[in-house]
Amino acid sequence: MIVIDAVTKRYPDGTTAVDRLTLEIPDGSITVLVGPSGCGKTTTLRMINRMVEPTEGRVLLDGRDIREAPVNALRRSMGYVIQHAGLFPHRTVVDNIATVPRLNGADKRAARRRALELMERVGLDAAFAKRYPYQLSGGQQQRVGVARALAADPPVLLMDEPFSAVDPIVRKGLQDELLRIQADLGKTVVFVTHDIDEAIKLGDMVAVLREGGRLAQYAPPAQLLSAPADEFVEDFLGVDRGIRHLSFFGTDTLELTTEPIVTEDATAEQFGAAAVPETPYVLVTDAAGRPRGWADAAVRASGPLDGPDGELLPYGHAFTVGRDSLRAALDSAVLSPTGWAVAVDEEGRAVGVVAQESIAAAIRGAHRAGVLR
Amino acid sequence: MSSGGFFEVPSDLQNSWWGLVGWQVELTLVPVLCGLVIALPIALLCRRFGWVYPPVLGVATVFYAIPSLAFFVFLIDYFGESSVTVGIPLTVYSLVVLVPAIVDGMRSVAEDTRAAAEAMGFGTLRRYVQVELPIAVPAVIAGLRVATVSSVSLVSVGMLIGNEGALGNLLSDALNYHRPLLAWDAVLSIAVIGVLLDALLVLARRLLTPWARKATAK
Amino acid sequence: MNIFGYAQQFFDAPGRWSGADGIPTRLLEHVQYSGLALLIAMVIALPVGLITGHTGRGGNALAVLATAARALPSFGLLVLLTILMGLGLTPVMVPLVALAVPPILVTTYEAMRSVDPSLVDAARGIGLPWWRILAQVELPVALPLILSGIRSGAIQIVSTATIAAYVSFGGLGRYIVDGLSQVDYAKVVGGAVLVASLALATLALFWGLGKLLVSPGVRRGR
Repeated sequence: MIVIDAVTKRYPDGTTAVDRLTLEIPDGSITVLVGPSGCGKTTTLRMINRMVEPTEGRVLLDGRDIREAPVNALRRSMGYVIQHAGLFPHRTVVDNIATVPRLNGADKRAARRRALELMERVGLDAAFAKRYPYQLSGGQQQRVGVARALAADPPVLLMDEPFSAVDPIVRKGLQDELLRIQADLGKTVVFVTHDIDEAIKLGDMVAVLREGGRLAQYAPPAQLLSAPADEFVEDFLGVDRGIRHLSFFGTDTLELTTEPIVTEDATAEQFGAAAVPETPYVLVTDAAGRPRGWADAAVRASGPLDGPDGELLPYGHAFTVGRDSLRAALDSAVLSPTGWAVAVDEEGRAVGVVAQESIAAAIRGAHRAGVLR
Repeated sequence: MSSGGFFEVPSDLQNSWWGLVGWQVELTLVPVLCGLVIALPIALLCRRFGWVYPPVLGVATVFYAIPSLAFFVFLIDYFGESSVTVGIPLTVYSLVVLVPAIVDGMRSVAEDTRAAAEAMGFGTLRRYVQVELPIAVPAVIAGLRVATVSSVSLVSVGMLIGNEGALGNLLSDALNYHRPLLAWDAVLSIAVIGVLLDALLVLARRLLTPWARKATAK
Repeated sequence: MNIFGYAQQFFDAPGRWSGADGIPTRLLEHVQYSGLALLIAMVIALPVGLITGHTGRGGNALAVLATAARALPSFGLLVLLTILMGLGLTPVMVPLVALAVPPILVTTYEAMRSVDPSLVDAARGIGLPWWRILAQVELPVALPLILSGIRSGAIQIVSTATIAAYVSFGGLGRYIVDGLSQVDYAKVVGGAVLVASLALATLALFWGLGKLLVSPGVRRGR
């Protein structure tokens, strides 16, 4: 466990970057430090590997003051990932990753073998091994950065806005990759970001810092969303925190119906039979069961379909039962012109449909259960 | 021959100390200015057509490597032992320093500024001349400083080819008549002229780029 | 006759390729003195440039020093020191070294400062001690620029060593200076061709060193 114990950082010019901050960072989970610029989140992170020395207070690693160990040994026991990856341009990808094992005395072959293993773990093709950093995209460079940090298998991983410089799609990929790696390795990750969505997505615990380096709230993300400590945290979370909170609820309890679903080769009679009172539409799937779109049941039942009437209404996007959250289901229903969300299984086959009203009922249920305030 | 005071020039040089100083400054500034005048269009060309720049740099590096004395010798055949023979290599050296200074200075103009100029409807050439060149002035002056100060020192080598070295001509008398004072005179005068011309260029930069004063004061 | 004719005449002259005034001897002298001067200049300038560049302190002092040293007329200094100290190695080495130190020193400093700070930050965070950061991260990345500084110094030394013939010094400049005083224009041109060739060979040497020493990741990355 890392304990930040009443730590203050004041600079000679009088600015206070961190003000009597106390945090207990649990082992084997991701703790995110989030806040606006100038809140001291990066300074706090850099005090953990002594890139910055605190003015007052101390930082404990497994009960021992980090100042007891030699500084470079301490840093080698912690992976460090920064915004632009900071890869060494004169070294190939594999040599970049092998840096710390080599520092720790591993022989060249063992270090390279380890580096290749890590490339696979972070989702980089082995063909990149002999390339130089300038030959990689930003996202690929960042993967190398993560691999390099993991190379010596350190128990702690410090990440300073690692995904801020890449575009949103690449960022999402990197976030998912990090969560996957973390599920396997269970490192103690301290992650700095200014992006509250990233904090909520990645964090097991989230520390919201305010200007001047004071702690505003330290809580699991769901609690942060349901019970922000004060107006600052509430503002920082943004206006749609209610919707975002739904990310923490599964879709297993939603009542799905399979009744208004037909395959595209269905007869007029089958269309008529599938219609339900709640909606004039039925969901049409292909032969494999994958959703194609919504059709007007009455039109289809009344005769052969050709001309524009035969065209299908788009269903927006489907949500995956068991994996996606209530937020995804609600979003799916809101985007669907029929007001109904389509549920699919992992293979993308439609397993049911659910109306906005049913999702709303599920949310009310959650409120009654007291988990959603 | 009397071993006179510091500013007393031996009669065989047929010149006064001030005359030699004026000659030194002229032999320095004319080539540097010629270099600047030739460098500007070349630099604009390199800026406009990027592919021109690497070969120009290559040729420039080669010219810069040719020792001044050898350069002088090659030109004697065409221009005799004259000021032109001394001036041409100095012009070429200045050119070689100035072209990269101007091109790199223009290239370093922030992308935002460039985009803003384009959005306002500046044409390419107009943008180079009215936006990028003024912003590159500090870089150009940095290049001029190197060219000028190096030239001041190199002029004296001209003494070796028919006493075309201005203050450098004092050096041959110093050696021939074993008069260290004359050598001191040459070395110190040339160094002071170099420092003064350098200071003038710094002043020129301050006057030309009032917007940069705050940044350079740091 | 044009300069090619003169050069031809020079290289065809009898005894040109052997003896104390032969081309091999003069070339060796020139290379030896230039090499020694460059070595001394590097020993002085590189450590200072690397350390000041690494720490980022002393940049202003270096800039002033560089301008002052550039304003120092090397030819004048050469003559002055020869008059004061008599013929010898020292009066020649001092101006040559003084000439090469500023470009090496200033370029090395600038090269080290131009290394991306996030690279140094990452290296620190990984746990590299300062001397490893300097030698294994900053130096390889700054190497192309540092080499260009040493190249400038070397070119200037080769050039000025030519002028040193004026104070009865050996090397290829002898042909030019002797030729001028003997009004033997073939000798002057021949010497100039040799000196220019040596300068170009120096250029080629550094180009080759760059290919050999600079990592492709740095060369192409810029």
